[in-house]
Parts: sequence; structure tokens; C-alpha cells
Amino acid sequence: MSQQDVEGLDVERIRADFPILEREVDGKQVVYLDNAATTHTPEPVVEAMSDYYRRYNANVHRGIHHLSQEASVAYEDAHDRVAEFVGASGGREELVFTKNTTESENLIAYSWGLSELGPGDEVVLTEMEHHASLVTWQQIAKRAGADVKYVRVDDTGRLDMDHARECITDDTAMVSVVHVSNTLGTVNPVSELADIAHDHDAYIFVDGAQAVPTRPVDVEAIDADFYAFSGHKMVGPTGIGCLYGKADILEDLEPYHYGGGMIRKVTFEDSTWGDVPWKFEPGTPPIAEAVGLHAAVDYLEDIGMERVRAREEALTEYAYDRLAAEDDVEIYGPEPGPERGGLVSFNLEGVHAHDLTSILNDHAVAIRAGDHCTQPLHDKLGVAASARASFYVYNTRAEIDALVEALEDARTLFA
Amino acid sequence: MGLGSDMYRQQILDHYKNPRNYGELEDPTFSHVGENPMCGDEIRMDIRLADDGETIENVAFSGDGCAISQASASMLSTKLAGKTVDELLEMDRDDVIDMLGVDISPMRVKCAVLAEKVAQDGAEIYRGELDKEKTTTTED
Repeated sequence: MSQQDVEGLDVERIRADFPILEREVDGKQVVYLDNAATTHTPEPVVEAMSDYYRRYNANVHRGIHHLSQEASVAYEDAHDRVAEFVGASGGREELVFTKNTTESENLIAYSWGLSELGPGDEVVLTEMEHHASLVTWQQIAKRAGADVKYVRVDDTGRLDMDHARECITDDTAMVSVVHVSNTLGTVNPVSELADIAHDHDAYIFVDGAQAVPTRPVDVEAIDADFYAFSGHKMVGPTGIGCLYGKADILEDLEPYHYGGGMIRKVTFEDSTWGDVPWKFEPGTPPIAEAVGLHAAVDYLEDIGMERVRAREEALTEYAYDRLAAEDDVEIYGPEPGPERGGLVSFNLEGVHAHDLTSILNDHAVAIRAGDHCTQPLHDKLGVAASARASFYVYNTRAEIDALVEALEDARTLFA
Repeated sequence: MGLGSDMYRQQILDHYKNPRNYGELEDPTFSHVGENPMCGDEIRMDIRLADDGETIENVAFSGDGCAISQASASMLSTKLAGKTVDELLEMDRDDVIDMLGVDISPMRVKCAVLAEKVAQDGAEIYRGELDKEKTTTTED
């Protein structure tokens, strides 16, 4: 994708699909730079969900009546559409709807981890894992009596791949790694890690929460055994997430929660399970959300994920350069480029990140502050908290200017 | 100006930049530590009681975190001397917000009340009314 194509992206037309971008607070238009937490929702997604509720709201799977058939087809098709979007050729047989990335992690940790892990086994994580992965595997490993190892993050904010090769051994049963760090922005070499894991007959679980929204992802090219992401970070609704798993692995896995809609046959004594993905989706699923996620995927593909990535990189480079030009700003993570996702975590000297965020809020600039669910990583960085600006395809350079200019107010107050 | 900068009035910034009673007491009757995981704020309160075992004689605090939590601890430390433990325990979040003298945005109230909660939990542990293993947190 050439620079010209990138600049050719009609940002104004995209922004028009997101009425919330016009939202004012205290007479100021909100500058929304918290997209790594959640992205806004475009009209076609809201419309698709409204249309479901207005025209064919019904429960799925077992209904014989017409509305239930329409809802069932829409719900089931959404699996195929999302699977296709991330390169899963098995369609719905490889794509489970969950609540979010966290639940996808838990599904595999409980279903596979609790039954397969035991003393002597190792789970390899990285120091930059989100708590969704870190806490889940730490606790499941503890219950199973397995060990946890962490691949080091080096001074540039990248994984120490030599250390990864040391950590992953024949005792390793699972490698769980974040594709794009939500704190450092690092894009990790997940395909290389998958090769290392597979060389030792271990599975690899990739947390793609920050990757699927921001770049083309092909789970088969990565050769991930499992891959998780969330709808609400990719212009879809909250309440729905995805778990990709290789068909043969999911086929053999026991479900980790039980109920209706997942079964083949039930007697008073025992039950047998339906096919993937339904055996992992008991109870009434997020139907409207699935319809919305389908529309979100259509929306992103209309723009083109290569363009989304190029836009993210351009905005990130601009923000990084502007912030790096300030002597009193410390930025975490790698320099801009293909190895960095669309976010910049930083601290302004002498101002706690929460105070900074409160002051920026006065300028209607919305960023996040805290440990971003990576407490151990912040401990390693030696800071209690950081501020994080994160961008999406609808953001502009002018909005980044507003962020940088608002820093002056914080300096003045805390001087 | 909206809520944000209103929170950072001169008094709060003054206490943040020049904290009163900062440090640790040599002979506290009780001391207690607490944290606000959201901001990563951490505060230790040392309190010495007079011979009557009821009146707060001396207070010190230490720790680090955002301006709201640290200023709140500093201001509280100046208010507590002369109060009784019962009076400390009767304080609530409105007392802290009145003391700060500014509107605290809802997401930052946890920062504001941390010091008060640490002092109160410390007092209850001292009186044996609270499990001493309990770490104070303003998570919820």
C-alpha cells in the first residue's frame, strides 16, 4: 500500500459513519484516543443490530417458526463470516463466539488446561501479557500443578527471542502470547513463536485483541492453534468475542460450561455434545451482537485491513514523533514502524498519569491511564501507571495535536 | 473548565507539592498501609495516640501516587490531631470531599478517600475489630 493510497483514505467519509465523534462535552468536541480499550460503532453496525431487534428477534437453533429460522441463519452465518475474516478455512467449525477475549482464554484454560496440564508441564507466557492471559494461565497452572515461565521483554520493548527459545522446551505444553501488546504496542513475531512451540509439540494460544482490529490477520499463516479477539475493539458491539481453534483440536475438547443448546442427547444419567462451535456456546447466545459483529467485519473489509493498518502506522508515527519531541515525556515500547501497533503509552514527568488524564479530560481529550491490565509489566518498567493514547482509522492528526497541546496545561498546573 | 482542572485547585496542588506530616513516626500507636489499585496509589498512615488511648496526638503519612490521593492524605494528617479515634471512625467520604473543597469526579473518589480509609482500618485493627491481615484497598 503506497503512501498515496493511505492518504487517499477518505477519513471524513469514515468519520461520518460514527456520529459519536461529534459528541460534545462542556461545549468541546470529544477527541477520542482510547481505541485500544474500545472502538466506536459505525452506523451500519448499529443499523444491523436494530434491524435484528426490529424485524427478526427470536431465539436461535431450536425454533421452527420463521423468525427463529431467520435469526438462526444470521447467527450461524456470522461465525462463517468472522472465520473468513481471520483466514480460518474451517468456517464455523473453527470459530466459537464467546463474551470477549478473556472468556476465550478461559475457555481453553479450563477446557484444555485443567484436564491436560499437570506437574512437570510448563505454560510459557511473556512479560507483556494482558491480565486476560496472564492471570488465567497463572491460576489454571497453579490448580493443575504446572509451572509458568515468562519470556523476557528487552529494553526496546520487544520479546527476547533467544530467551523464548530457552523457555520453550519439551516440557512446554502451552505457549500463550499477545500478538500486539496493549501497553507497549509491540507487534510480536507470533508465527516464529508458533514454530518454536510446535517444534516442542506445544500448543500456541495467541491473544489477538489488539491485532485483529488493526491489521490483516491470517490465523493459518500464523499457524496458531488458538486465536482470540473481541468484537468491541473492531467497531463491533460489546458482549461478543471470538475463539478460533484448529478444527481437530476443538473437536476433541470437552466444553467447560454446560446448558441448553449445546447438546446432542441428554438422559438423566449423561449427555453428549453437539458439533463445534455449538458445544461451546450453551444457553442463549449473543445473537444481536453476532449480527453486529458480522456487519463490523463487512465494514472493516470495505475499508480494507491493509488501509486500516497503514492508517494506524501513520497516526502512531505522528503521535510518537510529536510526543518524543517533548523533553519531559517518556514513551514506552518500540519505535514506530511495522513492529508497532496503533498506541503510545507514556508518562509526563512530574505528573501522575491519572492526574494527567483528568486534566486532558478538561480539554475533552479522552485517553486511558493506569496499568492497562499489565501490572507486572509496569512493575518491570518501574512505573505504577502510564497514560495511553490509542488510535483508530477515524482519528486525525489534528486530534493528536490536541493531545500534545493539552499537555501544556498539566505542566502549568504541576510546575 | 470542566471537572478535571477544578479538581486541581491551589490548595490541592500545594499539599501535593509540599506534603504536610510526610514521613514515618518513630513510635506510632498503630500504622497501616493501603492501596488504590486503579491508580497504583499507596499510602501508609502512622498514628500516635495520647495516654488516654483515645485522642490522636500525632500523625504522619508516606507513600506515593496521584495528586488527589497524596494531597488528601496530607490534608487529613493536619485535621486528625486532636480528634478522637471515634471521631476518625465516624468520618465518611463526604467529610473528605468537604476537606478537599473541590468536586471530585466519580472515577477519582477512590483516590480521594484512600488515606481516610487507611487511617480508619488502622484504627479498627488496633482495636481488634478488624482482621489485621486485611490490606486496605479502595478497589470497590
